[in-house]
Amino acid sequence: MASTHVDSTSHHDPEVYHQFETLEQQNDSYIVGMWTFLVTEIMFFGGMFFIYIIYRWSNQDMFYRLHTELSWPLGALNTVILLLSSFTMACAVHHATLKNRKPQQIFMGLTALLASGFLVVKLAFEWYPKWQHGHMPWYWDWPGHVSSPDLLQVPGGTAKMFYSLYFAMTGLHGIHVLIGIICIVILMYLTKIKSILVDSFLPTEMFGLYWHFVDLVWIFLFPLFYLMPK
Amino acid sequence: MSATSVGIPDVPKPKEEKNYLNNGNTIASWLLTTDHKRIAILYLISVSFFFLVGGTAAGLVRLELTSPRGIFFENETYNKIFSLHGIIMVFFFLIPAIPAVIGNFLVPLMCGARDLAFPRMNLLSWYVFISGGFLAVLAMLLGGVDTGWTFYTPYSSLYSNTQVTLAVFGGFLAGFSSIFTGINFIVTIHKMRAPGLTWFRLPLFLWAQYATSVIIILGTPVIAITLLLLFAERVLKLGVFSPELGGDPVLFQHMFWFYSHPAVYIMILPAMGVTNEIISCFSRRRVFGYSFVAFSSLAIAGLGFLVWGHHMFVSGQSMYQGLVFSIITFLVAVPSAIKIFNWVATMYKGSIRLQTPMWYGMGFIGLFLVGGLTGLFLSSMASDVHLHDTYFVVAHFHYVMVGGTIMGYMGGLHMWWPKMTGRMYPEFLGQLSAMLVFVGFNMTFIPQFIVGYLGMPRRYHYYYLAPEFQVYNIMSTLGTTVLGIGYILPVFYLLWSLKYGRKAGPNPWHAWGLEWTTASPPPTFNFATVPIVTSEAYDYDAVSDEQHDFLREEEDAAKAAEGKE
Amino acid sequence: MWNVPHLPFIPEQASTFAVEYDLMYWTIMALTIFFTVGTCAFIAFFVAKYHHGSKADRSNPPAANHLLEIAWSVIPLLMALVIFAWNADFYVRMRMPPKESMNIFVVGKQWMWHLQHPNGVRENNRLTVPVGVPIKLTMISQDVLHSFYVPQFRVKQDVIPGRYTMLWFQATKIGTFNLFCTEYCGTQHSEMGGYVRVVSQADYAKWLANGGDDTLPNASPVELGKALWDRYSCGNCHGVKDTERGPSLIGMFGKKREFTDGTSAEADQVYVRDAVLYPYRKILKGYDQTMPEYSDLLNEDQVIQLSLYMKTMGETEKPAALTPVQGTNR
Repeated sequence: MASTHVDSTSHHDPEVYHQFETLEQQNDSYIVGMWTFLVTEIMFFGGMFFIYIIYRWSNQDMFYRLHTELSWPLGALNTVILLLSSFTMACAVHHATLKNRKPQQIFMGLTALLASGFLVVKLAFEWYPKWQHGHMPWYWDWPGHVSSPDLLQVPGGTAKMFYSLYFAMTGLHGIHVLIGIICIVILMYLTKIKSILVDSFLPTEMFGLYWHFVDLVWIFLFPLFYLMPK
Repeated sequence: MSATSVGIPDVPKPKEEKNYLNNGNTIASWLLTTDHKRIAILYLISVSFFFLVGGTAAGLVRLELTSPRGIFFENETYNKIFSLHGIIMVFFFLIPAIPAVIGNFLVPLMCGARDLAFPRMNLLSWYVFISGGFLAVLAMLLGGVDTGWTFYTPYSSLYSNTQVTLAVFGGFLAGFSSIFTGINFIVTIHKMRAPGLTWFRLPLFLWAQYATSVIIILGTPVIAITLLLLFAERVLKLGVFSPELGGDPVLFQHMFWFYSHPAVYIMILPAMGVTNEIISCFSRRRVFGYSFVAFSSLAIAGLGFLVWGHHMFVSGQSMYQGLVFSIITFLVAVPSAIKIFNWVATMYKGSIRLQTPMWYGMGFIGLFLVGGLTGLFLSSMASDVHLHDTYFVVAHFHYVMVGGTIMGYMGGLHMWWPKMTGRMYPEFLGQLSAMLVFVGFNMTFIPQFIVGYLGMPRRYHYYYLAPEFQVYNIMSTLGTTVLGIGYILPVFYLLWSLKYGRKAGPNPWHAWGLEWTTASPPPTFNFATVPIVTSEAYDYDAVSDEQHDFLREEEDAAKAAEGKE
Repeated sequence: MWNVPHLPFIPEQASTFAVEYDLMYWTIMALTIFFTVGTCAFIAFFVAKYHHGSKADRSNPPAANHLLEIAWSVIPLLMALVIFAWNADFYVRMRMPPKESMNIFVVGKQWMWHLQHPNGVRENNRLTVPVGVPIKLTMISQDVLHSFYVPQFRVKQDVIPGRYTMLWFQATKIGTFNLFCTEYCGTQHSEMGGYVRVVSQADYAKWLANGGDDTLPNASPVELGKALWDRYSCGNCHGVKDTERGPSLIGMFGKKREFTDGTSAEADQVYVRDAVLYPYRKILKGYDQTMPEYSDLLNEDQVIQLSLYMKTMGETEKPAALTPVQGTNR
């Protein structure tokens, strides 16, 4: 009873888990699994985008007025930050495939830093002022303190709906960024202690896929909330 | 590892062969296992528990409805009981039942793989499922939920002051658990098939599981975000579904049914898959029109995403929307009809053995047929207007989800029980329970069709405004008793068989399929060597099989072996 | 032509939709039965013929047959399309009220229907309509989703907050029919119902002209109070015993009433007047703001009649008000 291995997994490469035959099969499986997971993520955010479209469709004018309250330069800054982080992540994956541990670590560190920068901009410069103005759904005060008189004509209900969507969508995206930071820190730690888990480039590659997805979501969120046409 | 005993005298007689069941007996070896077969058993135990909880609630509902003014409960309690029944049965029994128990056990075995692609994620899915179930049960214990399983807003978001938040979060977690299972199945079926096991040699159960997984992958995230928003509406005062803010009151229904209609196919497709295996094995015939049946699964999965609006013909969506959803719904009739007719055709020129799984298989065809055809009433807009939200709908979806899914589940459980446990159950009791379920089921739900047509709305506690409904409700409740016995009976004889059942050989039914080529119960890593598949699917031969009575032969062999000892 | 006598398993046909509806229902039912029985017969036949041990010819079993597959896909599809076409046409007719329809407004709230006739006459949980006139209901909910359903008319439409929905029908029979809420709306969902009372056009005109008064010209104040009690379905909430919806009013007169603000008062005519007209000024302990305000609906005469009627409820064990509205079709 000492060993849980009963039979014939007499194989091979210690990197290959018992359920797989070859490293190639294992790598393929992980990549297919990751893409399948990203499909669920697309549907997850897709549901939110669907709601957004429905409501924007029926409140074009009011949504336009409300969007002026959001600062597009900050949004643009965040877009740049995330695009940069996608680039650094791609570099990290490149070096992971070559097993260049040092540059891999540096690029992953940069990615984590940029991601944290994104969250700082988002929370400190965008969410916090809204909190102060009473525009959090659970701390709702409308029109309260708004930047332009145009907004005074927006019905409180529509404003709350807009902000609900804004906080739900950017918040959910923010949670994904946060999870990304946590994952990357774990990856960096495992790489540092030379864990066998990250000997292959695959974990870095999979995280890279996730990170590009998170970036992509923001690429949609930015114009939808910050750059509405009149 | 173990075979070093040669030459050493007085070694204790080698015990039973190692299999996944006796490979580690500690609780930790079960709770931390990554073996898909053990996880399947964990799921089996958990969904049986939830079935018991949901079934008890169903019994209470039926008992209460025997009188137009109720018997035991206040309105609020009654509402909580039927919500409990719905939430537990849908999210914690029907959706996971076949994929997570039978699928988990069989997908790697049928693929000829040692395990699913991601065994740890598989275990995680069970823990997530159990946490979700725990929250749902906790919600019931802390006072219950009175929204019904559909959680329609604005009642659930703004008006109900019951434990909706907890239950919604439980449902959210259950969704994640099925996403994990879905990803696992898709990757396993894509990447881990044994050499020679081409797509068109796959057992149709795997095709069904594949289609199911696609639905899970595409649909479940949408219900997850919907429930999350509902959760945020209650906790963070978010306002997305709130009509008070000018939100669309029907939007939640769209989001909800976008998942929950395909979810019906999550429940029924695996049952269809099980039925393929049963009908084919017990008729000793290759499934008639294999590729049509295989693709009809995918067609159902695809069309399933385009029909959600048929739940909303009277909910205030536009008339033209209704027309589109209705016609697409009619198209689903085609793949369903293909399946049914192909199963029947499979029996032609077979050598049909009426053993327990076959009774369940034929019962499935009968009940699913009624469920599917009564769907015509509800997919037709004008006809739906009168029947919508009445007991007709209740009866219809019970025929599909209970008649269909549970018949498939029970059939599968009986077919693969020898594989799972290495023991045979008493055949007579098995057949008896299959017949009790079939008869009891019809007794329960046929009166509900009638009372629904007469106009009894669903989710009604009191019906003193129309006391003529009482007679049908009493008939239905009587049927429930029979049905209940049919469901309880297997619990006893299956448990009994664990200890006293006759030992099953690797292939007691002489069935086709890789899972039957390994021992019963299978060893932890399923196959000693990777199997290579050389034959087409369902390579049965009714003519030569006619010479054998496999079950009897096995029994004789077992007796002979005992006699020798 | 297709009118069938009232069978116990067919709901009464009381609107212009009902006859065609039933024809459609039984057509689909015939298909359902045909396919179910047919398939089961095939299964039974195959089991009988090819069961293990039978001496049947099992040679050359077919593996697939494309012609057969096409046949059993296309034939059900065609049948389905015929049903669809019929239904689509019928559905559109159900959704398009004739121009000359009479408009009645419906407000659903937890757990009561408020109905308002063209000249302002109002009813609760009871709808009085003339026979043979197309009626269009314009409906909205004050809180959650509800659904307006009259089985004998074969009509149903959800009533939702924030948006008007519409339903129309034309009654063909004089009588009393069920009115149900079919969209789950909370605790008292199953009791959110009442009756649709179909009367002759002359009676309806007369009824409207008296402001919806059902009583005879020289009725006593108590009888008038009872009529009001029925018309506003007070008994729906104030039943034989206290429920979460409302307290029972039996034997209330002269008892002490305690309020949520800690005060109390003796239940007398003054109290009843306040509680009916301005129910939110003092709310009885243990209850929410569920009672509608009647200050716009009742005049002082009517309040007096109602309170006199309530007073009689203390004198009988089971007051007349608690039996359902008279003249149901059963």
